[in-house]
Amino acid sequence: MAMKGKNCVAIAADTRFGIQAQTVSTKFQKIFELGPRLYIGLAGLATDVQTVSERLKFRVNLYELRENRRVKPKTLLSVVSNLLYERRFGPYFVEPVIAGLDDVTSEPFVASLDLIGCPMVTEDFVVSGTCSEQMYGMCESVWSPDLDPDQLFEAISQALLNAADRDAVSGWGAVVHIIEKDKVTTRTLKARMD
Amino acid sequence: MSEKYSFSLTTFSPSGKLVQIEYAIKTVSEGSACLGIKVSAGVVLVAEKHLPALADASSIEKVCTVSPVCGVTFSGLAPDFATLCRKARKQCQVYNTLYGHYPACPAVVRQVSDTMQEYTQSGGVRPFGISCLFAGTGSPGGTGALFQLDPAGSAFEWKATAIGKHSVARQAFLEKRYAQAMSIDDTVSTALLVLKDGFEGQMSARNVEIGIYTTRDNAFRTLTDSETREYIAAI
Repeated sequence: MAMKGKNCVAIAADTRFGIQAQTVSTKFQKIFELGPRLYIGLAGLATDVQTVSERLKFRVNLYELRENRRVKPKTLLSVVSNLLYERRFGPYFVEPVIAGLDDVTSEPFVASLDLIGCPMVTEDFVVSGTCSEQMYGMCESVWSPDLDPDQLFEAISQALLNAADRDAVSGWGAVVHIIEKDKVTTRTLKARMD
Repeated sequence: MSEKYSFSLTTFSPSGKLVQIEYAIKTVSEGSACLGIKVSAGVVLVAEKHLPALADASSIEKVCTVSPVCGVTFSGLAPDFATLCRKARKQCQVYNTLYGHYPACPAVVRQVSDTMQEYTQSGGVRPFGISCLFAGTGSPGGTGALFQLDPAGSAFEWKATAIGKHSVARQAFLEKRYAQAMSIDDTVSTALLVLKDGFEGQMSARNVEIGIYTTRDNAFRTLTDSETREYIAAI
């Protein structure tokens, strides 16, 4: 999930990789850095999470080399949308969320897409994953506009942990990135390992 | 066309030159002139159209809008320009579909220059017989940019330049007259004055075309006949 704060954004994910009931790994990376202030989180089929993040990084790298500048969050949204829609009739089973600050204006940005690339930009938060309903409920309760980085960290952590605890196949560890204009803070949460 | 020849017709001469490109540059220098001036407020393109008395001026387009934020003009062979314009327009739309915004001038120029270079190293084709001047935004949210592309595909960024007939004299004139802080109106007047030097006949909306990129609106457009007439009358 990702949330907007005052001049900052947060993105968080659990770290479970499972095959139905069996938990295979508790350290699975689902959030990827695409720029110093730009992150994408991918929920869904693990192989597609890895493939989409790699193919996306490929396109972003070429873009940055050609354009000689960092990709903007809004542009990244278009790139991901395009990448996913190319596979409209045999899609990647991922539902990405994007969180970042504009490289020039430092304006916060969060967005999510469905598996065939429909983009959705919101002013508050975005969620995706098996416990999305629970996450929506939690976010709606804990989020308020203009939270500062520390408050945002508390909000997103509580939202993620409690939503994941209400879902059998989510959880088993969590990681949170708080993205501010001059730094990114990454924290691992002490979660219920069940 | 390319099925008959698998070798490039543009080959090196013993002195190390690509003669076809030299000849193409000669075609350009004999083509009807155009010039561009970049200031902080934007970029101005001005082109002369050589028309017989009975020709319909509106059917000949010398300044072309490649995308809402980029325009181009040329000296040389008009059909070659039309082909390149068509390609450039399509490339801009592909870019817009992919990235959600139109490419800045350097990105457009890079793609067009790749196309022009292909035609100097492919089987059965000849180089484009045009040099073009691109005007547009230098980078998203930035100020304007003016680029020249020659038949070989080399790109040069300019503050002000003239190509085509009398380009040498006009370039010298531009060097004297150039100032970065001119307003758009002053820039258009300066461009028209420089074009007037060596212009055959009377300047009118019939044989002059003007295109302007404004930094403030981040938009490129070609002027209407009446707007062109106003600027010409003012100088």
